[in-house]
Amino acid sequence: MWEIDRKKCLRCGACVGVCPKLALELKESGINHDEKLCIECGLCKRICPMGAIKVEEGM
Amino acid sequence: MIKMDNEYDVIVVGAGPAGSAVAEKCALGGLKVLLLEKRQEIGSPKRCAEGISVSTEKMFGDLPEKCVAKRINGCIIYAPNKKNVVIEYGEHGGYVVERKILDKWLATRASIAGAHVRAKTEVTDVIKEQGFVKGVKAESGGERFEIRTKLLVAADGMESFVARKAGMETTNQLVNVDSGFQYEMASLKLKDPDKIEIFMGSEVAPRGYVWIFPKGNNTANVGIGIAMAEKPAKNYLDKFIEDNPDIFGDAGILEVNSGGIPVGGFLKNMVDNGLVVVGDAAHQVNPIHGGGLKEASMAGKIAGEIIIRAVKNGDVSKKALSEYNQVWWKERGHALERVQKLREVVEKLNDDELNMLAENLSGKEIIEFTRGKKLLNLGKLLIKKPRLMKLAKKLF
Repeated sequence: MWEIDRKKCLRCGACVGVCPKLALELKESGINHDEKLCIECGLCKRICPMGAIKVEEGM
Repeated sequence: MIKMDNEYDVIVVGAGPAGSAVAEKCALGGLKVLLLEKRQEIGSPKRCAEGISVSTEKMFGDLPEKCVAKRINGCIIYAPNKKNVVIEYGEHGGYVVERKILDKWLATRASIAGAHVRAKTEVTDVIKEQGFVKGVKAESGGERFEIRTKLLVAADGMESFVARKAGMETTNQLVNVDSGFQYEMASLKLKDPDKIEIFMGSEVAPRGYVWIFPKGNNTANVGIGIAMAEKPAKNYLDKFIEDNPDIFGDAGILEVNSGGIPVGGFLKNMVDNGLVVVGDAAHQVNPIHGGGLKEASMAGKIAGEIIIRAVKNGDVSKKALSEYNQVWWKERGHALERVQKLREVVEKLNDDELNMLAENLSGKEIIEFTRGKKLLNLGKLLIKKPRLMKLAKKLF
């Protein structure tokens, strides 16, 4: 289960740059998440400077 | 919408310093160039502490005064025990720039050179035919369209989305990215408003540092870059600000920035058929301080020259473009790889060892190290400590 707190997100794209599956995209409107591509590895959560991303297994 | 043509020699995605440098160079070389920026304003929001050295400023060529927020004459580095090393740059040492203005000026230069510049135009996909990049799908103000090109330049920042959409592997490894967070602040009580300040230590900034880059009138970029830490970067910076009321007691927040900073993992290959990658997208950043302006500018010019030749010769194959790999590695890559080794050594030092370095190193030596020079001297210093013998050998 992948979640982003859009009130915290500064749209910097750090999460996009480390995503090994290209499941994230920085659009003008914010971060796009493709749940079909996401493997819930949590790298995006670990790089996020704002702590805006939550990734939990089996939710 | 202002009309774009359907076909270009070169499309550059991303109007940061790398993208604008390539676009200007190619346009001056007689190519038909389109420079696309997805944001509504070029240069904003910044993902940058805005500090540059004189050598970088020279590369931009007559940097207009309006791009400079503050001239800097030195740097104060604080070891974990608060002991500091002062580095004097001299009268014309460095600058803190205003990215909002600098980036627009660089894009303006590309425009004057003849490139078509379009902000708020987002590339959504890359068109490939028979193994060659042939164009992009883009979107602007709700309108979707396709534009053809002989060559595509991916200068879209650390996300490196465009190169990866085209099938190149440019993903950043977590170990080679810093998590960056920054406030631009007002009403600061700075120790010396003409010097940048750097704070190190495992408590303050795990595997990284806090910076204060003054912008004049008691304002400054106050930021942090860390890696592999337990908490988000913002938490560490907020704690630092709370712990230093003498500097931040009356501070106001003018702007909030964040970003991932590639600090290593240089790419052996940065080209494909009809594709060139530059700037943060190609991890072209100095691994010890995380600055990318100089690298973006240099790589942009190197790439531009090779692209002009390739397009004019009608051969934009990976083989023809690979000259860019060779020239970049010769001029920048090998030096930066030495700096990456330096980073890999420094990040393993504990607070006592960092304190020891602050006791024993001069400002001049530290500057040489950040350029990948005289690392042997650092190695000799570290090898005296039994724990560091193996680590120090990385520098020999």
